[in-house]
Amino acid sequence: MTEQGMIGIENLRVAFGQGADSVVAVDGVSLSVRDGESFGLVGESGSGKSTVLRAVSGLNHDWSGRVAVAGVEQSRRRAKGFFKTCQMVFQDPYGSLHPRHPVDRILAEPIAIHGLGDTDGRIDRVLLEVGLGPSFRFRYPHQLSGGQRQRVAIARALVLEPRLLLLDEPTSALDVSVQAEILNLLRRLRAERGLTLVLVSHNLAVVANLCDRLAVMNRGRIVEEMTVEDLRRGEAAQPYTRQLLRASQGYDRAAAESFRDFA
Amino acid sequence: MNGRAMNGGSTWRAWLSTDTPQSRMQARLGRAWSGWLAFRRNRLAMAGLLIVLGLVVVAALAPLLAPYHPYEQDLANRLQPPGALHWLGTDSFGRDILSRLIHGARLTLMIVALVAATAPVVGLLIGTVAGYLGGWVDAVLMRITDIFLAFPKLILALAFVAALGPGIENAVIAIAITSWPPYARIARAETLTIRRADFISAARLQGASSARIILGHIVPLCVASLIVRVTLDMAGVILTAAGLGFLGLGAQPPLPEWGAMIAAGRQNVLEQWWVAAMPGLAIFVVSLGFNLLGDGLRDVLDPKGD
Repeated sequence: MTEQGMIGIENLRVAFGQGADSVVAVDGVSLSVRDGESFGLVGESGSGKSTVLRAVSGLNHDWSGRVAVAGVEQSRRRAKGFFKTCQMVFQDPYGSLHPRHPVDRILAEPIAIHGLGDTDGRIDRVLLEVGLGPSFRFRYPHQLSGGQRQRVAIARALVLEPRLLLLDEPTSALDVSVQAEILNLLRRLRAERGLTLVLVSHNLAVVANLCDRLAVMNRGRIVEEMTVEDLRRGEAAQPYTRQLLRASQGYDRAAAESFRDFA
Repeated sequence: MNGRAMNGGSTWRAWLSTDTPQSRMQARLGRAWSGWLAFRRNRLAMAGLLIVLGLVVVAALAPLLAPYHPYEQDLANRLQPPGALHWLGTDSFGRDILSRLIHGARLTLMIVALVAATAPVVGLLIGTVAGYLGGWVDAVLMRITDIFLAFPKLILALAFVAALGPGIENAVIAIAITSWPPYARIARAETLTIRRADFISAARLQGASSARIILGHIVPLCVASLIVRVTLDMAGVILTAAGLGFLGLGAQPPLPEWGAMIAAGRQNVLEQWWVAAMPGLAIFVVSLGFNLLGDGLRDVLDPKGD
C-alpha cells in the first residue's frame, strides 16, 4: 500500500458527450501521490484539473484508465467504505451546504450513513477542530459567513476521518483574509491528522502555500510536474508553465502580448 | 404586571430569533418563527389564512352554528328570499340555504383535505425519483405522466367516477388520480435544477443512497413550491368536485355539497337567484381564500427567495 502511495492514476481519460460532440476533458493523465503528501494540480479554466479530481472522488463515472486510492484499485462505482477513506471539499461554500439543513444535520448525516455512533461527541469535536464552537451547531447555512460555511464543509469532510482529502479550489470563492484562515486551518489539520491533500487550484500562490509538489495541466494533459521549491525559484522546464508563472505575477502589456496558445 | 408579561414576551421572542440556538428544536422553531413574521407582513395572505381558518371553524362547529337542520324540508316556505327567518333564503324544498352551506363546509373541507393528502404526495415521489435517477426511469415515469396529462381533467374524472360509481368518496379518488401529474412535473423540474448542486454531490460522497438523497435532500426543497401550488390548486379542486356534483356524479342528494346546490338552483336562477348564487358565493370566497394563502406561502416558503 505504501509503495503505491495514496493515489495512483494511470492513463486516465475522461470524455463528455458522445460521438461527434464528444469533448475530451482529460486525455491520458498519469500521476501518483504519496501517503501524507500535499499535492497541487494547477492549470487554467477548462484544463481538466477538476475533472481529474471528480474521477478520483467517484463523482464522475465515465472515465477509462486506472485509478487506485490507498492501494485499492477503484471501479467506476464506489463502495460505501471508499468514502471513509476519501472525502472532498468543494469550491463554493454557498452551494455545497444544503440550504434547509442546520449544521447539526449536515454533520450528523455521514455519521448516520456509516453507523459510526457517538453522534454528539463527534460533531462537537469536529466543530472545535475546524475552529467553530458548539454555538454554531444548530445554525442554518444562511446564518453563517462564507468562511464559516467553508469550515462547516471541511468539518463534514473530516467527520468520517478520511486519510485523503480532495480540495477543489477551496479558497477561490472567499475573501482574501478568509482565504489565509482556511489555508492555515488546512495546514494545521494536515499536520495533526497526517492527511494526504490533493489541491486543485488556478492560484499558484495558494498551491505554493499548501503543497509540496504540483503538476501543471493544460488541455487535459499534464505538462509538467515540479516541486514547490522549483516553483518558488521560477524554474519551470516547459514554456507553458513559464507563461502561467508570468501570468500569476500580474499583467503588463509586454507579458500579455507575449502570451501564446499552447495546443 | 403588564411589564412582566411584556418582558416574558420579549424573552420568548429573543429565544426564537437567536443566532445561536442551543438545540435542534430551538433552531426549528426559530425558523418557523421567522417564516411566520414574514407571512404576517403580507396582509392579503393573512386575509386568506383567516378565510381558510374560518372554513375549518365553521366545519367543526357546523351543528352548533346552523340555525336549521340541513335536510329539514318546509314546502310551505319554499324559495323564500333572504330575510329575517332565513338569512340566505330557502331552496326549492324549503330547506334553509345558510344551514346547508354551513354543513356543506364539512364536505368541501373533506374533499380538499383528502386530495391534498394524496395527489401531491404521489406526484412528489414520482417527480423526484424521475428527476434524480434520470435515464429510462425518467422516461417511463414521465410518459405515464404525459398520458394522464393528455386527458382533460374533468373528462378523466368523469370516466373514473362512471367506472367506480357515483359518490363523494369516488369523486375524491377521481380528482386525486387526475390531479397528480402537474405535481410530478413541478417536482421533476425542481429536482433537475438541484440534482447537480454541490450539496447533492457532497451527499453522494458521504455514501448516501439514492433513497436517502431523494427523501432527505431533494424532497425538502421541492415541498415548498409544491405546497404553494397545492394551495393555489385547491380552488380548482373545489370547482371540480362541484362540477362532478353538478353532473350528478359527485355528492348525492340530499348531501349539501356546494356544487350540487348550484345545480339544484339553476332551474330558477333568474327568478330566485339566491338559490344558486349563495353556494356560488361560498365557493368563490373559499377559493379566493386558498389563492391568497398560496400567494403568501410562496413568499415565505420559496427557497429561491432566500
